[in-house]
Amino acid sequence: MSSAYSVLRQPLVEGDRTVAQVTADISAPLERRAGAMWWITFGIVFSMLVLGLAAITYQVATGIGTWGLNRTVGWAFDITNFVFWIGIGHAGTAISAFLFLLRQRWRTSISRAAEAMTIFAVMCAGIFPLIHMGRPWFAYWVLPYPNTRGSLWVNFRSPLLWDVFAISTYFTISAVFWYLGLVPDLATLRDRFAPLAKNGPLGAKLRYRLYCILSLGWNGSAKTWNSYESLYLLLAGLATPLVVSVHSIVSFDFATSVLPGWHTTIFPPYFVAGALFSGFGMVLTLMLIARKVVHMENYITRGHIDAMCKIVIATGGMVALAYMTEIFIAWQSGNLYERFAFANRAFGPFGWAYRIMVFCNVFAPQLLWIRKIRHNLLLVFILSIFVNIGMWFERFVIIVTSLHRDFLPSSWAHYTPSLIEIATLIGSFGLFFTAFLLFCRLLPMISISEVKGVLNYGRRNGEHQ
Amino acid sequence: MSRQLFTAAFEREEDLLHAVADLRQAGYVFKDAYTPYPVHGLPEAMGLRPSRLPWVCFLCGLTGGIFALLAQLYLSAVDWPINIGGKPWNSSPAFIPITFEITVLSAGIGSLLAFLLRYKLLPGRQPSVLEEGCNDNLFVLAIPEHNATFNPQELKIICNRHHAIRTDQRIEPDGQTKPTPAQQRGAA
Repeated sequence: MSSAYSVLRQPLVEGDRTVAQVTADISAPLERRAGAMWWITFGIVFSMLVLGLAAITYQVATGIGTWGLNRTVGWAFDITNFVFWIGIGHAGTAISAFLFLLRQRWRTSISRAAEAMTIFAVMCAGIFPLIHMGRPWFAYWVLPYPNTRGSLWVNFRSPLLWDVFAISTYFTISAVFWYLGLVPDLATLRDRFAPLAKNGPLGAKLRYRLYCILSLGWNGSAKTWNSYESLYLLLAGLATPLVVSVHSIVSFDFATSVLPGWHTTIFPPYFVAGALFSGFGMVLTLMLIARKVVHMENYITRGHIDAMCKIVIATGGMVALAYMTEIFIAWQSGNLYERFAFANRAFGPFGWAYRIMVFCNVFAPQLLWIRKIRHNLLLVFILSIFVNIGMWFERFVIIVTSLHRDFLPSSWAHYTPSLIEIATLIGSFGLFFTAFLLFCRLLPMISISEVKGVLNYGRRNGEHQ
Repeated sequence: MSRQLFTAAFEREEDLLHAVADLRQAGYVFKDAYTPYPVHGLPEAMGLRPSRLPWVCFLCGLTGGIFALLAQLYLSAVDWPINIGGKPWNSSPAFIPITFEITVLSAGIGSLLAFLLRYKLLPGRQPSVLEEGCNDNLFVLAIPEHNATFNPQELKIICNRHHAIRTDQRIEPDGQTKPTPAQQRGAA
């Protein structure tokens, strides 16, 4: 089979769909009852979420002594998870904004789900700094508001405060971008549920009400579309530098300190590339499941998977280059502490984590150069899981191995996560997948109006000339 | 005052585009067109003016950015200066990240609000839909009676030449359109 490739571009949507069929296909999962598979998956991930909630309640009620942290390793699991989840979010914005600006029309089938993934990932990320504060009920202290302490303002020179602004802006703009894209589709669903509004089952009535409220009275007017497209382009233009800024600022949390292993100028681009890499890994994982579970094989085609694999290779290459650069600079700097930090990373007590990271992020994705592997969806799925694991370990390696052996050997210490910390991580995955599953049932997981725009159906193939 | 409104429904974007071009040549003006997705080239064909949202976006961003920079300078250097690592009170480079974030935030939110208010897209608003299906698969064109050249017969001939699947004449009472049967059912 592999030798028989057409030189023509594959259509972006397979199966010669008409405009009306696209509406029907994408609305179908919302109009039928959830299957057994959905309920089983939901049961599992919801249990994970409940476990996480229990763990969070326990640690907030008891205190931060429930973590495995010590005086030397003051940042570990929470911050690793925070950086991991923020990174996951970046692929959603990359697909919706970068690829939109680059006029990559294949993005239409996956942009909606990827943007949803961004929002849920940023939600998961946001939990961790909140918990990490120890007293989350004082979280509003990070905001610059006139207060009774003088007003004593927040420190605008601190990267941790930059993070607060970056993450909240990122969440807001991503949510706006996502919702704006949803409005025309919500109107489509509103019109589809209208006949059931009076005599249908209660669920359909509620949905109709929900779609009515959320669709904002959209009627598909060309004048509105004209401005809508302009607004969409503006938001894409704003989101693109924003996404680069977010992970750069996250990297400043580390890079502006004086700790060997953190204090490097390569961090901003290194973190942004890593974020895109991990995000595309997660998009692949989700899309490969979603296209099977909700039967969207015509829309999320092998072409989409192939394109995303290529992005994984590219961003993985950048990450590998960053690893090598770090090591080279550590050696070339002649700085003993810097050299030690990197030798300790690879061969010290946490060397196993470093080796998992290098294997998963540098070696495993190289298999994707081979077209046969890119077209074997099971293998791609496994490799995408490798990327997820590898990128989680990357953050763990950066944070923990740099901290646990600093300048003063007498303060060296080890770190082992407590069960509470592990349960919180599991809980964040529970939140992520619970939100994603609910999204698949309540909202169109593929952008109906955007997919219609890339069909060939609207054009009569020169019949009219 | 009520006036006549002519509507035509098409199944393909290309038909709509050709009909719009021919009708414009024949001197008609358009009330609007209703399409399931943004049709490439339709705003130009209908003679719509480019959106002014980029200006709104720019001004909101500029305002937000200037505000953020000045606020940080005032709060860190004037209102309660704190010595942090011996850095100068006015450590402007450190204020850039937050300035950038606030610029993006205000530009994005400002242009979204401008868009929603300009087109009166508000939660729970009942849409004025001329023809059912324009959020599904139909491309509907609406032409109001604007002067003596308005000729429904001619309109119908031109639209049918471009494969219109349905044409209709209705009375438009003061710019309002009658609700569709689906909306009447839904509102009841």
